[in-house]
Amino acid sequence: MSSFWSWWIIVLTLGSLVAIGLLLWWNMKNFTDVEEGESMGHEFDGIIELNNPLPTWWTVLFWICLAWGLLYLLLYPGLGNFPGLLKWQSANQFVLSLEESQQAKIDAREAGFNVQYDRERVRADEVFGPIFQQYASLEIAEIAQDRDALRIGQRLFLQNCAQCHGSDARGSQGFPNLTDGVFNWGSSPQHIYTTIMEGRQAAMPAFGDQLGSQGIAEMTAYVLSLSGRTVDRDLARAGEQQWMVCAACHGQDGKGNPALGAPDLTNNVWTYGGSERAINETLMYGRNGVMPAFKDILGEDKVKILSGYILSLSQ
Amino acid sequence: MSKNKHEKVEKHVGWFAVFAIIAISIGGLVEITPLLFQKQLQEPVKNLRPYTALELEGRDIYIREGCVGCHSQMIRPFRAETERYGHYSVAGEHVWEFPHLWGSKRTGPDLARVGGRYSDEWHYVHLVNPRAVVPESNMPAYPWLAERTLDGNLTARKMRAFRTLGVPYTDEDIEGAQAAVQGKTEMEALIAYLQSLGTALR
Repeated sequence: MSSFWSWWIIVLTLGSLVAIGLLLWWNMKNFTDVEEGESMGHEFDGIIELNNPLPTWWTVLFWICLAWGLLYLLLYPGLGNFPGLLKWQSANQFVLSLEESQQAKIDAREAGFNVQYDRERVRADEVFGPIFQQYASLEIAEIAQDRDALRIGQRLFLQNCAQCHGSDARGSQGFPNLTDGVFNWGSSPQHIYTTIMEGRQAAMPAFGDQLGSQGIAEMTAYVLSLSGRTVDRDLARAGEQQWMVCAACHGQDGKGNPALGAPDLTNNVWTYGGSERAINETLMYGRNGVMPAFKDILGEDKVKILSGYILSLSQ
Repeated sequence: MSKNKHEKVEKHVGWFAVFAIIAISIGGLVEITPLLFQKQLQEPVKNLRPYTALELEGRDIYIREGCVGCHSQMIRPFRAETERYGHYSVAGEHVWEFPHLWGSKRTGPDLARVGGRYSDEWHYVHLVNPRAVVPESNMPAYPWLAERTLDGNLTARKMRAFRTLGVPYTDEDIEGAQAAVQGKTEMEALIAYLQSLGTALR
């Protein structure tokens, strides 16, 4: 802030406090000719005013408020550029990037500032840091067996994952069930960890134009037959003729490919629904499932615990 | 009663009004006027970009549907908030917001950094019927957003208005505005807007 505006604030603030103090002081004296308790000599609608002094409790409270205000302005930032004797501030408000935010934290500490938010973080790190450190040395599979870690994992899940995967982790249409042991992007601890950290972008192309509605009906029948469903044999056989297009991702045997996130089509687990109509729609228009990346939101330690929790859900 | 100086004010409403105005305006003069001239409050964060035409239309739908009545866009510097929502909001993120949509009510969660948190698909399902993905939700459904399309007749004018307020839209941005939004649904616009929120601070 420029020194003009700083002085503008200081002069107006202190000036008004002084003015209020003077006004109060002036009003505590009886400067009229009327004795205390006597009529002031005017009347409105039968109501008369007596010359009573200001109540003592009220004036005392007023003085206390003024003193409080001055004390506050002395200790905390309020008077323009004066930071206050405590050098307190709530946060580092004028940062322009996360990097600057980190730097501002260091600068403020070196300049002796007492940043409330940073202090809160430091205290939290002291309490929770050792707990996360303890789990950082464990394998994800071990975390999945650790009761305390799983309780932390559940909290993290409810806060960050339940919005899509459901508070019971059973998902809903378009959002995978995490309790059935089927993971389109791989079910190893490391795969689950990577999925959460980096996110995933699935891409099932639309085949409506390529196959036409008859072709889609045939392929739907064949896809259903892969998981042992009863279908029209002729349709399914016709669908099988076109299978090599699908085999590129879902494999010759339809068992999928975790590297591409292509689901196994033989296990009767369906992200977008397993009805004939749903599969028809998937083939016709394609699907583009997105799992957001949580690297920046949660960080490695929390994602690790979360991975253990997710793993435990299907064990 | 000539010594009763109170009467000069109490019995002359004009003087009373003058003193009342002086007393009331000091707070504003101290707290508001310096902010208008403070450079730090006008400096955008490093990765801030103006809203695209589609996002801008989405923002107007956000305003029209009253989202701001239940969702704040202001993460306060408390650990309890930053653990859930991410880095606290900073001044430079809001320099091109006219008006800002900080809100003051959180019936639903804060949305200041909702961008990238959910997939577009999730937003679509959730806006059509929030209960489909979050059974506990008490948010109203907004199914009509998926049915109504934008004509973009006013988009360029809106962008021009923002430019006069200091948002750095280029001539190309403004010329292409209508084409960028025409035929898109309100749902697409709103999702585009939501996905942009809070992503500039990185």
